Amino acid sequence: MKYVIIGNSAAAIGAVEGIRQIDAASPIVLISKEPHHTYSRPLISYLLWGKTDERRMKYRPDDFYEVNHVQALLGRAAASVDAKTRVVILEDGGRIPYDKLLLATGSTPFVPPMAGLEKVKRRHAFLTLDDAKALERDLTSDSRVLIVGAGLIGMKCAEGIRHLCKEMTIVDLAPRVLPAVLDETGSAIVQKQMEAQGISFRLADSVAEFTEDTATLKSGEVIPFDVLVLAVGVRPNTALAESAGCEVRHGIVTDQNQRTTVPDLYAAGDCTLSHDLTSGQDKILALLPNAYLQGETAGISMAGGAHPYDKAMPVNAGGFFGLHIATCGDLNGESFITQSENSYKRLVVRDNRLVGFILIGDIARAGIYTSLVREQTPLNTLDFDLIREKPQLMAFGSAARAQKLGGAKA
Amino acid sequence: MKRIYVEEKWCLGCHLCEYNCAFANSGMDDMVKALKDKPIRPRIQIEEGKGVNFAVSCRHCDEPLCVKACISGALSKKDGVIVCDRDQCVGCYTCILVCPYGCILPTEEGPVQKCELCMNSRPGKPACVEGCPNRAIVYEER
Amino acid sequence: MAINFFPAEYEVIRNADRCIACRVCERQCANEVHHYDADLQKMISDETKCVCCHRCVSLCPTRALKIVKSDNTFKENANWQAQTITEVYRQAGSGGVLLSSMGTPKGYPVYWDKLLINASQVTNPSIDPLREPMETRIFLGRKNDQIRRDSRGNLITDVPPQLQLNVPILFSAMSYGSISYNAHESLARAAQALGTLYNTGEGGLHEDFYKYGANTIVQVASGRFGVHKDYLQAGAAIEIKMGQGAKPGIGGHLPGAKIVGDVSRTRMIPEGSDAISPAPHHDIYSIEDLHQLVHSLKEATHYQKPVIVKIAAVHNVAAIASGIARSGADIIAIDGFRGGTGAAPTRIRDNVGIPIELALAAVDQRLREEGIRNNVSLIVGGSIRSSADVVKAICLGADAVYIATAALLALGCHLCRTCQAGKCNWGIATQRPELVKRLNPEIGYQRLVNLVTAWNHEIMEMMGGMGINSIESMRGNRLMLRGIGLTDRELAILGVKHAGE
Repeated sequence: MKYVIIGNSAAAIGAVEGIRQIDAASPIVLISKEPHHTYSRPLISYLLWGKTDERRMKYRPDDFYEVNHVQALLGRAAASVDAKTRVVILEDGGRIPYDKLLLATGSTPFVPPMAGLEKVKRRHAFLTLDDAKALERDLTSDSRVLIVGAGLIGMKCAEGIRHLCKEMTIVDLAPRVLPAVLDETGSAIVQKQMEAQGISFRLADSVAEFTEDTATLKSGEVIPFDVLVLAVGVRPNTALAESAGCEVRHGIVTDQNQRTTVPDLYAAGDCTLSHDLTSGQDKILALLPNAYLQGETAGISMAGGAHPYDKAMPVNAGGFFGLHIATCGDLNGESFITQSENSYKRLVVRDNRLVGFILIGDIARAGIYTSLVREQTPLNTLDFDLIREKPQLMAFGSAARAQKLGGAKA
Repeated sequence: MKRIYVEEKWCLGCHLCEYNCAFANSGMDDMVKALKDKPIRPRIQIEEGKGVNFAVSCRHCDEPLCVKACISGALSKKDGVIVCDRDQCVGCYTCILVCPYGCILPTEEGPVQKCELCMNSRPGKPACVEGCPNRAIVYEER
Repeated sequence: MAINFFPAEYEVIRNADRCIACRVCERQCANEVHHYDADLQKMISDETKCVCCHRCVSLCPTRALKIVKSDNTFKENANWQAQTITEVYRQAGSGGVLLSSMGTPKGYPVYWDKLLINASQVTNPSIDPLREPMETRIFLGRKNDQIRRDSRGNLITDVPPQLQLNVPILFSAMSYGSISYNAHESLARAAQALGTLYNTGEGGLHEDFYKYGANTIVQVASGRFGVHKDYLQAGAAIEIKMGQGAKPGIGGHLPGAKIVGDVSRTRMIPEGSDAISPAPHHDIYSIEDLHQLVHSLKEATHYQKPVIVKIAAVHNVAAIASGIARSGADIIAIDGFRGGTGAAPTRIRDNVGIPIELALAAVDQRLREEGIRNNVSLIVGGSIRSSADVVKAICLGADAVYIATAALLALGCHLCRTCQAGKCNWGIATQRPELVKRLNPEIGYQRLVNLVTAWNHEIMEMMGGMGINSIESMRGNRLMLRGIGLTDRELAILGVKHAGE
């Protein structure tokens, strides 16, 4: 059995570990466009912030490939997949045959058409380690930075490089920051936190035109800058899947065992279309925990086992200069809000279940809420008042607790 | 594998497990020096209720959601024990967001901490077990 | 109140250098002595509420606490001592009978401490208990006066039912209600593990403990609480409580606050009602009445179970015992004036009754003189504090001893003598669920087993030293004892010679 994995991030590693749970011997070939040992992409902002370094950013130890008998072809891109003959064709002409193939190709930054963009000299994306190093090289203590995009990538980038530049402005078409992750109240709290660090925002606005060192906004304001970071969004890398004939609907379509519509072809991670348990909708869930779990399921499935992943949902945890947020699920439903001077909590309930929540500030034990969403626990089997007060196992009865705490199940 | 289990029937909510845990993980050999005039940071937490108390610490799950969700690879399973490389952890708190028992704790300096069964300081005799006055905490295989 | 007649007896001394404000003392004190003051950022103690139970001292992880006797003093007065004066103040305020718990703390002579044990040397070699068999098993019940054989030479062994004990130590009566469910469970399981018996006291037997019936003595006291047919059948023996060493002449008293839930159900009385046992059994007004009750109980249990009659040690205890020995009872239990109690009027506890040492010697002597010593076995209690006391008691004539205070100490009691308040911080003398939880029977029964096992080993050591290898050979063997610092009168009553003789 020959396993081939295209990708080298969370989903790919999850797949390696999934395969090796069942099949310890069969060869695995891993093909990665990037030349680096597997590393954690979300950590690139922490790298620039000084909280980690290239050694500690590695997602798995140095001997990972060796210990797991993985032949890692790093710095080699796959060009296409011939599903009929089961061969992966590399850009440099190499041909890699496979019995089972996993596409863990992740996503690519989306660059919208913007007038004058080609004139900008120091323009950066912010997704890969090389992006981060290139950005750092361009920054000086006098730099004025313009970041287009106030989503997670733009905001984390801002946190990472604020100390490396003089001024910073963030522009977003949306009327609030982190629009996909937080609600209005939450966005306002995080925005204030960022503003306290000397970051200015231009929201519900966009760049109408660039010159080499200015951006003219739709509202008319002209913002001078030295360095531009584009963090507008990402698009799943589905080209290889399409070349193989897989069904793609925005993301690669998979079943709960991560099989695509093409036999022996699997997909996992940011490049796939996931089914969100909490909203009932299919969407891209470009989140590391999701990617790893999908990868693991794919690996197990490829090796002949079955560990279906049917609990995908949005989860986001992060900090902005020390202010932590933890979010999960869907915000459609009845809301229960508790707000104090240094924390915000919104629990969303629908059909006797917790379907989503937002925590800002005090995020302790948030996982207890997450497990209620994930397990779709009927709220009438709990003391909901205790759950509203704070995440606590006291809200479950002693019989439920004996089961939860008396054993060791995830 | 042996794990820590708390018998609700005997837990008095006295919090001695928390103080013993904080001391055992402090790296110091005198409890007063370790804990006096400092907020304690235990890796086991008491929940108090009406007539019911119990303590919660890492279950060292067979399928650890925290390890799978960890963005930096700092959390891993070593001989069945879920451990955190606090040097590698950047304090994103994704693990806190996914742990169903709420037993991973944020810290002021950033990296998370959690029960590691006292493997580094007193393997085989976790401090919370030894320090419980009512034998409410046991360390056994189930 | 305007004038404080009761300054705190004890002071809580907290070593501020060692206190880490962990608040265990606050959480574990049912008397609410300690609390954390968030403004001052330190622990504060209100010593007026302290009963000196040491719960906080024992749990403090940095050993930062101690309880000391307040040195707030009255002018020295050998006659009007502080305690005496304070009691007058108390009664002037309340108009009520003073109540106390546990055995009398008064400084009456302790005769155990004036008796010395023999050891063999030269002429009569001692026995090494690690190498030779030592018999600590005993059988309680009526014995035959003579050895009889049948026509074929076989021993005739038609004794009435006996209680077999592996050790000469039993757990004395402590009612369910005065002590907690968990305390009872600890005693029951320990009795089972040790091969001895525990006593229900006058609170009845909780249905969960019927399974320990083979190691249970069920008590029938004057209030007849919890007494019904199944109860009598459940135990291995039945004890009629005529009196109790701590409060001779009066009945038991359990305040209504402690009569809740299972306690009320087991005693078969309504919740909240005070459980006051009458002074006499109202169907026993003479020794003949006692004879009647003994036989009624035997009838009800098909003569399968030995009947014990428990009396307090009082002035004419020898005569009373003689009467009981003729009444059909199998065992007499004598409870000395130092015995403990959950609650008793202070004056009766401190002034009524006589020491068990003297009572035991007098009873054993009288029964021998009347030729009826083998009619009954003798169990004595009332402050048996160590294995040495056990050995001395057996030498004076006891077949076995009852321990209660020592058992409670094993469970964690610190003799604060505040049982009557029902807020025992050790989970023993309370019915509050959050306090009862503190006594984990897994730990409790293990400690009781440890204690009695340790005492048994020590008894074997002392016996070996005496050159004796069975309890039965030691029983009533006054020659193994010598008195020290005793008057001729005391020596005569005890039936022992003075050391040196």
